[in-house]
Amino acid sequence: MAGHVVPKKLYILVFAALIVFTALTTGVAFIDLGKWNTVAALAIAVCKGSLVALFFMHLRWSSGLMRIVLLAAFMWFAILVSLTLADEFTRQWTPVPSSWQAQIQQNIR
Amino acid sequence: MHSSTVALAEQFDDLDQQHEASSLGMWVFLATEIMFFGGLFTAYILFRNFYLPGFEAGSRLLNVRIGAINTAILLCSSLTMALAVRAAQMAKKGVLITFLLLTLLLGVTFVAIKLGLEWRHDYLEGFAPGVHWTFNGPDWRHIELFFVFYFFLTGIHALHMVIGVGILTVLIILAARGRFSSPERYNAVEVAGLYWHFVDIVWIFLYPLLYLIGGRY
Repeated sequence: MAGHVVPKKLYILVFAALIVFTALTTGVAFIDLGKWNTVAALAIAVCKGSLVALFFMHLRWSSGLMRIVLLAAFMWFAILVSLTLADEFTRQWTPVPSSWQAQIQQNIR
Repeated sequence: MHSSTVALAEQFDDLDQQHEASSLGMWVFLATEIMFFGGLFTAYILFRNFYLPGFEAGSRLLNVRIGAINTAILLCSSLTMALAVRAAQMAKKGVLITFLLLTLLLGVTFVAIKLGLEWRHDYLEGFAPGVHWTFNGPDWRHIELFFVFYFFLTGIHALHMVIGVGILTVLIILAARGRFSSPERYNAVEVAGLYWHFVDIVWIFLYPLLYLIGGRY
């Protein structure tokens, strides 16, 4: 028993797609799309990463056990990023109480 | 003794279970690696939000051509690694050693370009925070912070590459000694492949985050 032997052709196809995606993401960076530059760059990176995981890392043929481990890791990473950014983005929502101003000035000094 | 009993460790029922266990072990390790890199990625995203102009200026100071070439080299090495695993699955000794050597060579090339060309250039230009910093233009403190992230992220990635090269060296020696002479023994190559591809995926995200999203227009 030697696992699932993937046809050589498929590996080369995936590799070609990865190279095309690399050229695409590099090209897009030279065009001004505003905020969409970041979205495009990350979307392409997710596509490339998925191709590597699914085919090169055999996730497409692996049991659910491996997928759950990967999914759990990404869930935890998503919690890390979203809670950190949630704190950062909502900090300005409430004004600093005027009674704290003296304390803040002291700390800055 | 039946040949399959030699490849099978006694705690497993059959080779399928053994294969599943070894792959699962590596995937759990890779999950901890995602957490490891995840902390740095999160800090990078946060500080990029704080000091966007400085981080974008810092990003534009990197050489996108070298970054793209290195990305292509790493993707090539992933292909050769996948083909090495395939050779191990079919117990083709010569093909296995050839592809492992190619992977090793591409990995060494990546690290050589990264450290020998890029880092050296950054250092000589005075973009090495705390070691050699000569840039005093606008936002220079924030650009310095960008370079701290740049050196840590690419440095830890390069360290993973060096460890990967070490693993490949061991595999090549084992392969030459005929360790993978039967398809049942390919687990070690498969698991090393998982690690190598993971390091590739980290770079797939580092390349746009460091080199591209600062805007090149």
